Amino acid sequence: MSVTEAVNAAGGLADGLLLPWPDADGEPFWEYTLRGELRVQACADCGLRRFPPRPSCPRCHSFADEWQPTSGRGRIWSFVVAHPPLLPAYAEQAPYPVAVVELDDDPAVRLVGTLTPSVRRPDAPWNAVPVARLRIGAPVQAVYQTLAPGVAVPRWALTGP
Amino acid sequence: MLKDRTAIVGIGRTRFAKNLDEPEKTLACRAVLAALDDAGIDPAEVDALASYTMEETDEVELAKSIGAGDITFFSRTGFGGGGSCATVAHLAMAVATGQASVGVAWRSRKRGSGVRPWTNTSVQLPTPAQWTRPFGLLRPVDEIAVLARRYMHEYGATRDHLFNVALACRNRANQNPEAVMYERPLTREMYMDARWISEPLCLYDNCLETDGALACVVVGAERARDCRRKPVYVHAAAQGLPAQHHGMVNYWNDDPLTGPAWTAARQLWKTADLGPQDVDTAQIYDAFTPLIPLSLEGYGFCGRGEGAAFTEGGALELGGRLPINTAGGGLSEGYVHGFNLIDEGVRQLRGSSTSQVPDAATCLVTAGEGVPTSALLLRN
Repeated sequence: MSVTEAVNAAGGLADGLLLPWPDADGEPFWEYTLRGELRVQACADCGLRRFPPRPSCPRCHSFADEWQPTSGRGRIWSFVVAHPPLLPAYAEQAPYPVAVVELDDDPAVRLVGTLTPSVRRPDAPWNAVPVARLRIGAPVQAVYQTLAPGVAVPRWALTGP
Repeated sequence: MLKDRTAIVGIGRTRFAKNLDEPEKTLACRAVLAALDDAGIDPAEVDALASYTMEETDEVELAKSIGAGDITFFSRTGFGGGGSCATVAHLAMAVATGQASVGVAWRSRKRGSGVRPWTNTSVQLPTPAQWTRPFGLLRPVDEIAVLARRYMHEYGATRDHLFNVALACRNRANQNPEAVMYERPLTREMYMDARWISEPLCLYDNCLETDGALACVVVGAERARDCRRKPVYVHAAAQGLPAQHHGMVNYWNDDPLTGPAWTAARQLWKTADLGPQDVDTAQIYDAFTPLIPLSLEGYGFCGRGEGAAFTEGGALELGGRLPINTAGGGLSEGYVHGFNLIDEGVRQLRGSSTSQVPDAATCLVTAGEGVPTSALLLRN
């Protein structure tokens, strides 16, 4: 079953939270996160990494692509703390922080994600990290949370003090 | 070149409120007919229509209800509030190139009593939403708050700077009996104590949720001189979609804080006889307060990173360096996808604003920053 089929089977929601709804270009990203890997689309001809995924390379215009592994390490580029009004399942966890993380491997690739206090707690509640611990530049590591059968999303575990 | 070859000769609107009884289609027709009456032009003469892709009243419905003649030009611009000024720009181009002679642009929206778009979970989450929504960046305010915090971090902007924006808009609304917030002053204490919506943005950093409709009429300069009101010329107009831009979630390029305003501004000033220093008042799209410093930088009123400091010392107030959103803007007059900013730009250049800038001769109007955008430079 593909990730898209898994999301469809779940009705696009897991306990009221939105699941990623992959498009054809994004599907491989979610197939890799299901395997616990953070990979980024790159041009198979000129090597330019691009995110979000798209059909052709904006530099050399090749349609050939490959998915390059990353270390999954990065730093918080910015973050918000979301408060209601929110959809009910989100409001239950609010206020919760959401970070945009720039990858150590390629700072122009920034990934959005919720936060967890530790790499050992991929399933921690969204509000488990005290907001006072958050700062721009804080080091983080990708972990993977299974939200529904066949669907896993990356989250960011704080790795610093 | 578009330069002064067309003019806005009529403006019309409905009342603004949190909840209007009439449907959007009725409100659209009322605003359009009011604008045509303001211009003194018979609806049967209308042959061009322009609106937003998000507009729910389509051309067929509008034209047959107002009694328009044969329509020979119609266009829609996408990206929500980024399309506001583009509606007038497209009409100006159509009239200037002979595709039509009387154009009407409009926006009707029940955003006050209707649904918040982000609450609709039945819509699929195609790119780029699959990269943000599942992680809790649900709403436009969350998407902009990410950029706002980064902006504050890079340039030392503070909540007081954002308050300066909210206060300037509120002060103008307090002078405008048509504004939703006419009788509701704002203080620094209220702002600093307000509930968070998406930190670092609080309630007062967000625009209102309003029901209402607006329209304007565009004709050629020659025809404009025979209309009922003083013409307001479209001196320059521009759209902007920067290279490698990603919309509200512009997180995936080398410089996320350089938004579409910069692209629209380059085109605008290139085709104008005027520069930012010549602008008497600006109506700047303000769905969220951080869009103002970002736009001030993009349109060249100050340097990169100086937009927050620009707001200090009452610069945005009446009598300040650049009075903005003189009817109250989306933050305090009403939020109708930025169309009321066009309306207020026309009033300023007619000399009929409730917060009139003395001898205003040039007004910049902008559409949403942070999305593919558009802008108008109006003069009288």
